[in-house]
Amino acid sequence: MDFLTLLQILDASLRLATPLLLACLAGLFSERAGIFDIGLEGKMLVAAFLAGAIAATSGNVWLGLLAGIGASLMLSVVHGLASITFRGNQLISGVAINFFAAGLTVVASQSWFGQGGRTPQLSGAARFDPIIWPGAITKIKDLRKADPLDQAYSELLSGHAIIVYAALLLVPLSWWVLYRTRFGLRLRAVGENPAAVDTAGISVVRLRYSAVLICGVLCGIAGAYLSTALQAGFVKDMTAGRGYIALAALIFAKWRPWYALYACLLFGFLQALALRPDVLEKAIGLKVQVQLLDALPYILTVIILAGFVGKAIPPRAGGEPYVKER
Amino acid sequence: MDKMPKWADVVLIPLISLFLAALGAGAVLMATGHDPIAALGVMIEGGMGSSRAWGYTLYYATNFIFTGLAVAVAIHARLFNIGAEGQALLGGVGVAVACLQIPWPHWSLAVLGALVFAGLFGGLWAIVPAWLQAKRGSHIVITTIMFNFIAAALLNFLLVEVMKPAGVMEPATASFPEATHLPSFADMLGVFGIPFASDAPANFAFILAVIACVLVWLLIWRTRLGYEIRAFGHSETGARYAGISGVKIIVIAMVISGALAGMMSVNNVMGEAERLVLNSSEGAGFIGIAVALMGRNHPMGVFLAAVLFGFLYQGGAQLSFQLQIPREMVTVIQALVILFTGALDQMIRGTLERAFLAARKWRA
Repeated sequence: MDFLTLLQILDASLRLATPLLLACLAGLFSERAGIFDIGLEGKMLVAAFLAGAIAATSGNVWLGLLAGIGASLMLSVVHGLASITFRGNQLISGVAINFFAAGLTVVASQSWFGQGGRTPQLSGAARFDPIIWPGAITKIKDLRKADPLDQAYSELLSGHAIIVYAALLLVPLSWWVLYRTRFGLRLRAVGENPAAVDTAGISVVRLRYSAVLICGVLCGIAGAYLSTALQAGFVKDMTAGRGYIALAALIFAKWRPWYALYACLLFGFLQALALRPDVLEKAIGLKVQVQLLDALPYILTVIILAGFVGKAIPPRAGGEPYVKER
Repeated sequence: MDKMPKWADVVLIPLISLFLAALGAGAVLMATGHDPIAALGVMIEGGMGSSRAWGYTLYYATNFIFTGLAVAVAIHARLFNIGAEGQALLGGVGVAVACLQIPWPHWSLAVLGALVFAGLFGGLWAIVPAWLQAKRGSHIVITTIMFNFIAAALLNFLLVEVMKPAGVMEPATASFPEATHLPSFADMLGVFGIPFASDAPANFAFILAVIACVLVWLLIWRTRLGYEIRAFGHSETGARYAGISGVKIIVIAMVISGALAGMMSVNNVMGEAERLVLNSSEGAGFIGIAVALMGRNHPMGVFLAAVLFGFLYQGGAQLSFQLQIPREMVTVIQALVILFTGALDQMIRGTLERAFLAARKWRA
């Protein structure tokens, strides 16, 4: 395998890791505040649909992004109502949200566009274009002849949609918010011991709602990225389990931002490899089943969960509704 | 004294949840430019209007009874088994192995063998998440979700690389031999001279599902093990003081749950498709969640809820044929049922409790 092929795979890894990373950080905020969220998948899906639909009808990708975030936020509010206000089962609420999104996006896109559960192809201003960095080589012919440093710069660093760079910047930002601000301290505390936070005179309900809403915004961006940057338009069930992989990455990262980045890059790399089985076969000299690569993130997560590679301990109050008085 | 009478808890709350879900579904239909009343008419005609319609409704209901019971048994031990889908897929592998590898002389023996294999494969698939929950404290919801994906990948691998007959492109096993074909409703009712549509997929497995309901009822409410499962689900510490082993209960409850989910494949793989294909369970494992929640985890409730969902599923298929409303409309209804009966239960319950308390005060 030559250097350029490796770069191409890493480039694909980065593109595929971006939605995982955004959804993973979304889950991080929610779960650190004690609200389990298996509805990441559903929120991404509605966002992908509405972003695709609005971008297609308005021709403006930024309006699409906003619409996607709005759609995701609506489901966040439902999740908040169910799990914070009415103290329902957070897991069941997440399951309901995933099914709701899976069904509604098809029904709505069919009645809106009548194209069998997809939105029209996006082009031009209705799509996030790759940002070409100054001096980057864009022609594949020139790229082959360039020296490795130029190749890495042009292929790997340059040429991604703005959301990819934004997602990478969100990692240090999330770390800073969670570990260096008062809000972050309280957010983490409410996921560990909400009673203590309550005793300190801080509203548990408000903190948890803000965490759930942050989660909604990030899922919205992740979904919009799928339909307006990674692909050109929404197709039925386009999240394809990414919400669950993000959940797996979150456990893999033991609920920490930087490790979330590493986990998502790893899972993105596995997805990129699954797209290029020929390269993998040449590199290690024996045939690897595509199905094994597909299942690998999940298998790794089960191994991590089993505690064989360090213990993954979730936030202590996670999943439990807070009752002020007993 | 209870805040409200038992009938309100058992009957009224599910009905109100169902009504709210129906309102939500109606709103979605209106928003997408359809007439909800006309849609309901098409569904009733297509899901209950003929023996063929009933044949489809009860066929789907059979799937949902098995997966609903699977989820319900786990919930009694306070385990949320989202993995019924994967367990059903593995059960399908068990059915395929039983039907293709063993030369059965008659379908009555074949169905017993297939039940054992389906239960074994489904139950074994549930053992790892159960053991990890019991011994390592890994959350069963996450592990069963992961096992769903691993099961789908495994089935894909098995069909493409191992079980597919040589020279065939489609990832599916060979058709099962004639001696393993289950009698359909038309065959069974024909013995008594009752006519039934011969092109409907409902088959002998429906009777097995009804028997499974009775057995699960006996298990949960009439055996020592069932008592221990309920005690553990009610209070883990209480059960431990009573000398009940948590590890044992978690593993046994999950194996029973997985086995029930796996046995669903006797209906769809053996009774209908008569071969194993990709994604054979078609989401029935997930519908089991809605069915168990709606049926209040009681076999009778699961049965009724499964028939209701069977009707929704078949009616939904008619919607797409006749009114061009996508089948996914059923998924929306399913989601709303899960939301109202499961997650927003407290909203309905709280309101109802207040109403009953107010009524009592007014009478006193």
